[in-house]
Amino acid sequence: MLFPKHAPLALRRSALPTFWDVVALLLVIGLIVAVAYAAEATNEPLSALDAAPLSLDPSNLPLYALRTMLRMLAAIICSLIFTFIYATFAARSRRAEMVMVPVLDILQSVPILGFLTFTVTFFMNLFPGRVLGAELASVFAIFTSQAWNMTFSMYQSMRNQPKDLEEASASFHLSAWQRFWRLDVPFAMPGLVWNAMMSMSGGWFFVVASEAITVGDTTVTLPGVGSYVALAIRQQNIAAIGYAIAAMLAVIILYDQFLFRPLVAWADKFRFETTASTEEPTSWMLDLMRRSRLIAMLTAPLAWLARQVWSLRLPEFRPKAQKAGTRAVQSRLFDWLWLAVILAAGLYAALQSIVYLRDTIGWGDVATAVLDGCITLLRVVVLMAIATAVWVPVGVWIGLRPAIAEKVQPLAQFLAAFPANLAFPVFVVVIVRYDLNQHIWLSPLMILGTQWYILFNVIAGASAYPSELKEAARSFGIRGWRWWAKVILPGIFPYYVTGAITASGGSWNASIVAEVATWGNEQLSTPGLGSYIADATTKGDFQRVVLGIIVMCAFVTLFNRLVWRPLYTLGERRLRL
Amino acid sequence: MLDITNKAPLIDIQQACRSFPKGSGHDVMVLENVDLTIREGEIVGLLGRSGSGKSTLLRIIAGLIAPSAGRALCRGEVIDGPPPGIAMVFQSFALFPWLTVLQNVELGLEAQGVERGERRKRAEAAIDLIGLGGFESAYPKELSGGMRQRVGFARALVVHPDLMLMDEPFSALDVLTAETLRTDMIDLWMEGRLPIKSVLIVTHNIEEAVLMCDRILVFSSNPGRVASEIKVDLPHPRNRLDPMFRQLVDSIYARMTQRPEPRVPSVEGIPGTGVGMILEPVSTNVMAGLLEALAREPYHGRADLPVLAGVLQLAADELFHLAEALQLLRFAQLSEGDVVLTDEGRRFADLDTESRKQLFASHLTAYVPLAALMRRVLEERPTHTAPAARFLTELEDHMSEAYAEDTLKTIISWGRYAELFAYDEHTEMFILE
Repeated sequence: MLFPKHAPLALRRSALPTFWDVVALLLVIGLIVAVAYAAEATNEPLSALDAAPLSLDPSNLPLYALRTMLRMLAAIICSLIFTFIYATFAARSRRAEMVMVPVLDILQSVPILGFLTFTVTFFMNLFPGRVLGAELASVFAIFTSQAWNMTFSMYQSMRNQPKDLEEASASFHLSAWQRFWRLDVPFAMPGLVWNAMMSMSGGWFFVVASEAITVGDTTVTLPGVGSYVALAIRQQNIAAIGYAIAAMLAVIILYDQFLFRPLVAWADKFRFETTASTEEPTSWMLDLMRRSRLIAMLTAPLAWLARQVWSLRLPEFRPKAQKAGTRAVQSRLFDWLWLAVILAAGLYAALQSIVYLRDTIGWGDVATAVLDGCITLLRVVVLMAIATAVWVPVGVWIGLRPAIAEKVQPLAQFLAAFPANLAFPVFVVVIVRYDLNQHIWLSPLMILGTQWYILFNVIAGASAYPSELKEAARSFGIRGWRWWAKVILPGIFPYYVTGAITASGGSWNASIVAEVATWGNEQLSTPGLGSYIADATTKGDFQRVVLGIIVMCAFVTLFNRLVWRPLYTLGERRLRL
Repeated sequence: MLDITNKAPLIDIQQACRSFPKGSGHDVMVLENVDLTIREGEIVGLLGRSGSGKSTLLRIIAGLIAPSAGRALCRGEVIDGPPPGIAMVFQSFALFPWLTVLQNVELGLEAQGVERGERRKRAEAAIDLIGLGGFESAYPKELSGGMRQRVGFARALVVHPDLMLMDEPFSALDVLTAETLRTDMIDLWMEGRLPIKSVLIVTHNIEEAVLMCDRILVFSSNPGRVASEIKVDLPHPRNRLDPMFRQLVDSIYARMTQRPEPRVPSVEGIPGTGVGMILEPVSTNVMAGLLEALAREPYHGRADLPVLAGVLQLAADELFHLAEALQLLRFAQLSEGDVVLTDEGRRFADLDTESRKQLFASHLTAYVPLAALMRRVLEERPTHTAPAARFLTELEDHMSEAYAEDTLKTIISWGRYAELFAYDEHTEMFILE
């Protein structure tokens, strides 16, 4: 059966404003005010931050939360622009691809919090005495936590475009620019939206961590939820921590409802499939935007502009027919030259790094860092094992019960997005009060925020498990241990690995804030690579921060290559249902 | 038809070749010394089996790939990129799922920079012409296969191309839908309502080619070349039951199963020799099924291929592969468009499962050199195991990577059925049974 869809004919309806128009108007006004506020606030001199110090009065929280939200928004827009440019170059130019993709892979495993040390200094020097510098540093920190996986997703989509659509674009003479908006971006959209959501989940953690940062003598405190919590920790105000957690919950829900639900529902039309899906994601916000005449009127110029941009006939793109083997020799020569240039650049960079680091760092420091890395590695492995043992059975139990899964799944995703570092003080208070062993009890903080990725991926896997297989297992009387080993675990394995990769990567990052914790004057610390980097940051010891980052990068990359990637390939090849 | 002989050719292909690089370094020739001229006012068909290079030739004309030797001209100019005035209809429709019917149809005009009002007018006209009026705002996923291909046609027609290229446009559709769409196209063409001058259609469906084309080029495989050119003078609308029509179809069937000039002592129809023989994946179940069917009423061991294709609901191409596999294993023979059971084939049909396997195994080792080689290697090796890569690299010396993989897959399935050897997919190892 066919139901031709008709675009809402917004302008032809009656002149009376609808309920949707009123709601829409409020939202638009809110948006304009927020932009104006952001422009004003970032242009202030830095001294204004000191003149109006943070206060723990909960009535200030909405304003702080707004600023945190805006930072997030700025970062995600930057990430998107970066993604478009970087992914396009990597996917379109073979020589660029040779360098850009591995670089991206390494960037993904760089501990972002370690980064902050340099970026804060860099941006503060770029705009001396302006709040803008500090704001940019914070936005940049969030950007570095978001951009890479979005870029990867776009790059992969561009490499996996259906051949017939590529041929159709070429044969109907689309220019490169038109093709980008008609094929590249739409085809990448579902993956991009999903990855932006994942990035956003991870990003809250970093926005909170980057708002109050001390590098050597410089302390920057940007108004926001994160700095509010930092102040609460200093003043040992547990109630304020509670308010901050509530504010953060509200912020995440707002983002989800106003940005991502509509985006997911809208991006559904870009899914590359030829049959109509049974269940389409819905969003009241998207419905509102589609129904409201006011929004249609306000966005009409934007839509017009977008059309003009899309149909710009910029460079006359005459796709050359694929050549057969000609010029191959010449091309190979260029490849070697290109490789030589890259190699030279790499060697030069390595040399510079060694010169920079050798001043103050000896082999003893390297040994210390690697040893600390091993301790943190041990923590990650043990915590992952515990989280797996707990959340896999729970996830399977929930996933096999659709009614419960439907309610729990959003909660698990929400918990994954919640910046766990806001909740750290609560744990620290408990550790201090009951005099627990800090070397053991600080560790769980690392996985506090990231374990949920395991849970919600396992739930997704168990929900997607084909019911025929479940019924077959039941009718053959397979139960107990055999049921787990032969029936369900292989089925959810690819999902589990996806979740576990995110969780373990996140734990490494979290170690920088989890291995050192304070509560007023109480200092808790446990040896590990995270505390190594954190200590070096507080002392402003750039060389040791660099060393720590390099070591952590090496650990994460090796761990990914040696453990996760083989498991992932195994899951994709053998066990994907 | 008009007097078309003295007009400049729309497309002129001279001695075109195309090779693709292969794993072992040598290139595989998929198209060899092909000549083709397309003039205004004709429907030309390229008919051939899969792997005969007919789609490659289409893509050379579309400017999507360049010939590795020879010349390709469009209105006297060398084709180096999609030439203006050529539009393409795809087998898989190639519609953009995120664009509505109207937006999909407008795409080509948008690229030409046609002004918006004009664009809309022309797109709506094309949509109405092709019978999709009222569906302008639907998305492709809301349409049935036949309607999607109508959008594909409208998208090509709207740019008013001189030449419309059609790459197996009906083969993804069910029989009934395909027939309706074909008839509609021919009707519009005969009435002169299509804003196009010529059509080039690639197909492996013999009846389709005879039904639509003024001229058919029959391709032979490996490497692809034009085996013969057939003029179809039957008046439109053509009737499948017309004796003249049947006769033409039968003669093309016969021509396509005919022994090629005896260049090398190869098994007819199956390209390559010895270990380098390309084996198309044909299921042993289907083989056994066909043998049983042939042995029974009403065939009594002999059947006409076109009839069989109709009864078994198989595409001509699938049936060819099947019949040729049986011929290779000496269970059947192909002659003049008929498939005839051999005595061994008859015996196979009467046996029980175990004995069938034994008979199949003896024929497999006797007549398929690759099977014999694998058996020998496995017996010689002390461990009685061998990695798949051992045979894959050997196959790649003779054929393209894709064919090598297909051939290996086929021999794995046949060998498993014959219980010649076992194969572990995880380790990619062959083990002697």
